[in-house]
Formats: sequence, structure tokens, C-alpha cells
Amino acid sequence: MSRQPYTAGQYQHLVSRVTPSSRMLVGYVRAFWVGGAICALGQLISAWAETLKLGEVTNPMFTTSVLILIGTTLTGLGVYDRIGKYAGAGSAIPVTGFANSVAAPAIEFQREGAITGVGARLFTLAGPVLAYGIASSVLVGVIYWALRGWLL
Amino acid sequence: MSRAGGQTIVYENPPVIAAHRGVAGRKEGQGPLAEWFDAILEDDLLGQKSWELAESEMVRRCARDTLDAAGLSAGGVDAVLGGDLNNQIIATTFAAKKLGAPFLGLYGACSTFVEALTLGAALISGGDLRNALCCASSHFCTAERQFRFPLELGTQRPPQASWTATACGCALLSGGGHGIQVTSGTLGRVIDLNITDANHMGAAMAPAVFDTLTAHLTDTRQSADDYDLIVTGDLGWIGRDLLLQLCRKAGVDMPADKLVDCGASLYSQAQDPHAGGSGCGCVASVSCSWIMKRIESGELSRVLLSGSGAMLSPTSSQQGQSIPGICYAVSLEGE
Repeated sequence: MSRQPYTAGQYQHLVSRVTPSSRMLVGYVRAFWVGGAICALGQLISAWAETLKLGEVTNPMFTTSVLILIGTTLTGLGVYDRIGKYAGAGSAIPVTGFANSVAAPAIEFQREGAITGVGARLFTLAGPVLAYGIASSVLVGVIYWALRGWLL
Repeated sequence: MSRAGGQTIVYENPPVIAAHRGVAGRKEGQGPLAEWFDAILEDDLLGQKSWELAESEMVRRCARDTLDAAGLSAGGVDAVLGGDLNNQIIATTFAAKKLGAPFLGLYGACSTFVEALTLGAALISGGDLRNALCCASSHFCTAERQFRFPLELGTQRPPQASWTATACGCALLSGGGHGIQVTSGTLGRVIDLNITDANHMGAAMAPAVFDTLTAHLTDTRQSADDYDLIVTGDLGWIGRDLLLQLCRKAGVDMPADKLVDCGASLYSQAQDPHAGGSGCGCVASVSCSWIMKRIESGELSRVLLSGSGAMLSPTSSQQGQSIPGICYAVSLEGE
């Protein structure tokens, strides 16, 4: 007793025709310049770290830490979500975006307590990145270890 | 009580809407319907510890003001019928605890308010209740954290995403007295045309709205011409377009100027709500203020009010299930 004038397939076709698509070009331009600006900022911090004579090992860690500090601070001030709305992947992919994805649930779920709230939900968004990031680096490490005889 | 067709109840003793209140949040209170709302929240946390408690407080205040307007105390309410979007409908339950009146919790996603009207009217018409307080609410901040992302996460929303309204609407149905009459109610069927995009609720619900509206018109042997306005609850701009296309294809006469969607009316495009407003509170507050006040002023005399819900959960959509839709409709008639 279906009264529907379209089958599911026809309807999905209609939906995709009627639904406006995201403005891709504008999105690319915004993501490019914001993402680029964040990377340039990282480069500046790195150059500053050079003058502090932190050393080859500490310099990148220092740079990353400062970017994370900026990302979490802007999240706490309620600014990073606005940057993210404007820039999309441009602000989500750099490490400041990763910091945002950890700080945002920390703020959101503090009302559920330190254990079941912040503790349990802290990595709800970053968790997949960590899990697959670490897993793939282990995999790449194994491949490198197995092939290093031929590579070097 | 008499039935008409397959899905419609024609209330033998039509209850009246003795009092109604529509409350809106700050963003909603800056939109095109601002002047119609009975109250606009000063802040969206309402001095509470959490967004959930804030939503509950909004429901409690709205219910209290509705009862005050009807000159009734909570002790005089035979039943509160309502719900919200939270898991286990906690906002409404916690408000009902404070009211202390008998409570029937309902979940129909954004269709909850009209579902409550349909049921409440049936219970009153059948003589089982003297009155019923029908309510529904939603809060942007509680819905975001439950269905989507933390508020401070820097993400982009696609154009088809809707904006969950911070709003609440309450209507007191009564077996006697003066007010807008609820003359018939049409129950919805769960309709699913296999839309899986959890952002695209308008597309998921439009076929259900089409199903219920055509059932209502067929059951009661009416056409769109018999109504001054056909109101849909929260299809948004894209969903409204889809409904019009479904009607056109099926040969159902549905004049575009008669079809008003609450979600497409709550915000202006400048407020950047993407596809429009959604949430149980959207259709509840818009119909309890904008629509009902226009019926009472005589501007409208017969209105078909429908509310539609996208019956998804984070679990079902993460498991790749499509989004079933449901829609209820009631006809409202001025005195």
C-alpha cells in the first residue's frame, strides 16, 4: 500500500539532484591559505627555537608543543570552532586541529566527571587517528626493518 | 470516536487548545519569528549546571506559564504528554518530576509535539482525560553533544545539515471551554526510502510527510484547498522542496504558497542555519506561537499541522542503517 511516487533508487537520485553541494573551490582556497598560514607559523616557531639552541631533537618537539598550546588555548577561548567552520581541513589537519579534537571533548564532557567524562571521552575524536596512526607506523617500521638490507 | 480511512481519527468531542506557549533560545529569538514568541531565553544555560538541566528548566518554565495562562495548577493536569531528543527523554522527564503531574513520555524525534497532540486529543475526546498538557523541546547544545560533535570542535557542516533549535512549545488541551479545536488526527507510518546521510534529515523525512499528508487528505476526503495553511514540522528548505516534488509527481495538489515549514521559517538565511531549523522544539514553539496566534486572531481558520521525525540514533547511523521517517498530523480549526 505504498503511496510513494518514487522508488527508493529514484528518490535518492532526486535528493542528490535537489541538494546543493558544498562550494568546493571556495573551500579549497580557504583550507589552503589557513593551513598554509598555520604551517608558516610552525616554521616561525621552529626558527625561533633555533635561536634558543634547543638542539636537533628538542626543536621539533618544542615547535609541536607550542602549536598544541595555541590550538588548545584557541579551543578554550571558543575561537577554534569558528576557524574550523571557515577553513575546514585547513585547520583540522595541522597539529592545532588535533589539539582541538582533544580539547573540545575535554571541555564538553567535564560535566560527566573526571573518569567517565573527560577521561573516557577525551580521545573519542582523536582516538581513531592515534590507533591507526600508531598501527600504520608500526607496520611501516616492520617493512623498513625487513627491507633495510636491500634499501641501504 | 470515529475513524476515517486507514490512519485518521476524527475526534467526536474535539478538544480545544485552552492555552499555549512558545519559547525560543537566543539565536531563535533573533530570527524572523522573534515577535511571535511568548518568551525568549536570556541565556541558553538558564543558570543551570548542564545543557540538559537547562533544557529541562526551559520545559518546566514553558509548562508553568502555559498552566498559568489557563488558570490551572499542576495538580489540575490529568496528564503531561511530551518528549525531547535526549536519550531517555531526560529533559521532559526531569521537568515532569518537578511538575508532579501524571506523565506519558513520548519519543517521535521532531514529530513528538504533534504525536502528543494526536494522542492527547484522542484521550480527551474519548472521555478518559479532562485535559492534557502536550509539550516538546530541543536544545542545540544537548543535541550536538549527543548526535554530533562537541561544541568547540572546528568542523564544517554540509549545506543539507539542519540547525537544532533551542526551543520549547506547550499546549494545554482541554475537554471544554474556548479555543482552537483539534478536530482530527492522522497517525503516521514509518517510511524509509533508504536515505543514509544522517545530516540530511529533510530528505529522510519528506516521504513520511508525503505519506501522512496524503493519508489525511484521502481519509477525510479533503484536498489542500480545504485548509488555509499546511504546516510541516522541520523539513527545512531542501526537505520542503522534496515534498513539493513528491506531491507534483504523485499528482497531489499542493500549492507551494500554502505549504509552510517551521524549520524553514524559524531562521533567516543570514543566520546561517544551512538547511533550516530542526528539533522537537522547533515545530512545537513555532506552532504554539506563530501558527496558533494567527488562528486565534482569525487570520487563519483551518490549518493542517504536521510534525515529522527522523528516527535515527548515533548507533543506527554508525552501523550504516538508513533513516526511517515518521509524520503525524492534526487539523486545527479556529472558533
